[in-house]
Amino acid sequence: MSTAAIPAIGPAKALPPGRYGMSDLLRSEWTKLRSLRSTMWTLAITLVLGIGISALATAETRAHWSSTQVPGFDPTATSLIGLFFGQLTVGVLGVRVMSGEYGSGTIRATFAAAPLRPLVLAAKTLVFGTVALVVAEIVAFASFLLGQALLSAPAIHTTLSSPGALRAVAGGGLYLCLIGLFALGLATIIRHTAGAISAFLGILLLGPVVIRALPASLADKTEMFMPDHIGAAVVILHMGQETLPPWTGLLVLFGYAVALLVIGGVLLVRRDA
Amino acid sequence: MIEAKGLTKHYGSKLAVDQLSFNVRPGVVTGFLGPNGAGKSTTMRMIMGLDAPNAGDVTVNGRHYHDLPWPLHEVGALLEAKAIHPGRTARAHLRMLAEANHIAPRRVDEVLGVVGLSAVAGQRAGKFSLGMSQRLGIAATLLGDPEVLLFDEPVNGLDPDGIRWVRNLLKGLAREGRTVFVSSHLMSEMALTADEVVIIGRGRLIAQIPTDELLAQSSQRYVRVRSPEIGKLKAALEGEGATTVLEEDGSLSVRGPDEVAIGELAATIPVVLHELAPQSASLEEAFMELTGDSIEYHGELRTGAVASREAVR
Repeated sequence: MSTAAIPAIGPAKALPPGRYGMSDLLRSEWTKLRSLRSTMWTLAITLVLGIGISALATAETRAHWSSTQVPGFDPTATSLIGLFFGQLTVGVLGVRVMSGEYGSGTIRATFAAAPLRPLVLAAKTLVFGTVALVVAEIVAFASFLLGQALLSAPAIHTTLSSPGALRAVAGGGLYLCLIGLFALGLATIIRHTAGAISAFLGILLLGPVVIRALPASLADKTEMFMPDHIGAAVVILHMGQETLPPWTGLLVLFGYAVALLVIGGVLLVRRDA
Repeated sequence: MIEAKGLTKHYGSKLAVDQLSFNVRPGVVTGFLGPNGAGKSTTMRMIMGLDAPNAGDVTVNGRHYHDLPWPLHEVGALLEAKAIHPGRTARAHLRMLAEANHIAPRRVDEVLGVVGLSAVAGQRAGKFSLGMSQRLGIAATLLGDPEVLLFDEPVNGLDPDGIRWVRNLLKGLAREGRTVFVSSHLMSEMALTADEVVIIGRGRLIAQIPTDELLAQSSQRYVRVRSPEIGKLKAALEGEGATTVLEEDGSLSVRGPDEVAIGELAATIPVVLHELAPQSASLEEAFMELTGDSIEYHGELRTGAVASREAVR
């Protein structure tokens, strides 16, 4: 540790041409994401438990199979149960990608290197969004394929080519990614890990409970706009209640995420770091 | 070159920085002195564009920080030593910063070597001592080989060896013609490091002055005298109108006459002198004189002063 000598530092050099930009920040955000063990663990847990819970639930269904189940049985949704666990871990990761910078103080180093804060947020969103999408789609497709293999006769199973199956699987993965971006947007606004995770879980898990307490006519109209309901409408083929059409729902969720990120971006510029 | 003009910042109703104007020029170490809570860190954050001033303006090399095309190539800053994600390795921390400004990866290992952290480059920063975190923070400032460097309390948590190392580093950087702006509440440390000081109290500029002038200006100059017949000498000096204080270690601090006058007086008594040493006031004392009533947290300042004496021993 002892370095008594005065370090030799070269003379001032010419600046590189242009200025820092998106490609520099993407690289930086990618390094940030993968250099944290907690991030890699969260992604691994999302994969393992997401697929694992899907497989367990499906195997359980198969083990207690009875022919009375056949009408209305949804083999696709059954095999994608793990996604509902995955949305929690992906959401928490989305929060921590941003709140971790505030919690540790690295946000100031980040903004010192790149004072264009909205550009930093855009890079973060792109990097995290891409990683979340890849992981979520792996969970969705692996869960589906594994689940259908587990649903051996006499249970009924399905294939990706059957109506609505591909939508449910690919859309389910996309839903997970959008939930992550939604959480990232919340964290950009709230900045504190605990607060942002509480807000995220509150909206996702407590929101539906609160809405069910409303008068039924109002509840039915509002419920379908809640993130969890949008997710259910994507994954479950026939919900049996009023829902947004799957792709419309995903578009609405995308809108929520964008709105939160834009508000977060404006606040990033306005607030002191 | 850093130029602040009328820089003002308030948080709610509390005025943190009040119409602060100063210049930090290249080639010298400029100390940024003030008691805790005087607004030093706030000012540093405003220079870096992290906090927006409510009024006034500050530029680095003639530009607002926000407009620098490659910030890390122009400005290196250590704001808080512990502002490193505990789960990230030293190398990864520097790497993500380097990448944001297109700095070559080998530069990361270079600066880790400069600060003596090569051996722990792959360790997570959460395990680092405050001193190691300071070194990592200093490494980050050097990444882009910048012309302007800011350090907020860089010697906090360092051992005497580390403090000497930082002092030499700062002086070396200034000698290379860089602009070096370093804040501290450790006045005695600044006396050894800074060529010039910007002194603030309660967010206001108290003085911007070369360090030696500040010391010379002080009325606190005195001469330390040791003698086996100190009582006799003390009486004689007081007879001549000098102010004397008998210190716990048996030496006599004499204010008024200079060392020549004291020596001559001793010879006429005569008493034997074992020591006759002119003492310049510590910067701390000069600082106390200057700031006087502008100190906000007296308790904290006193703690800082004690720490500073220990730090330079």
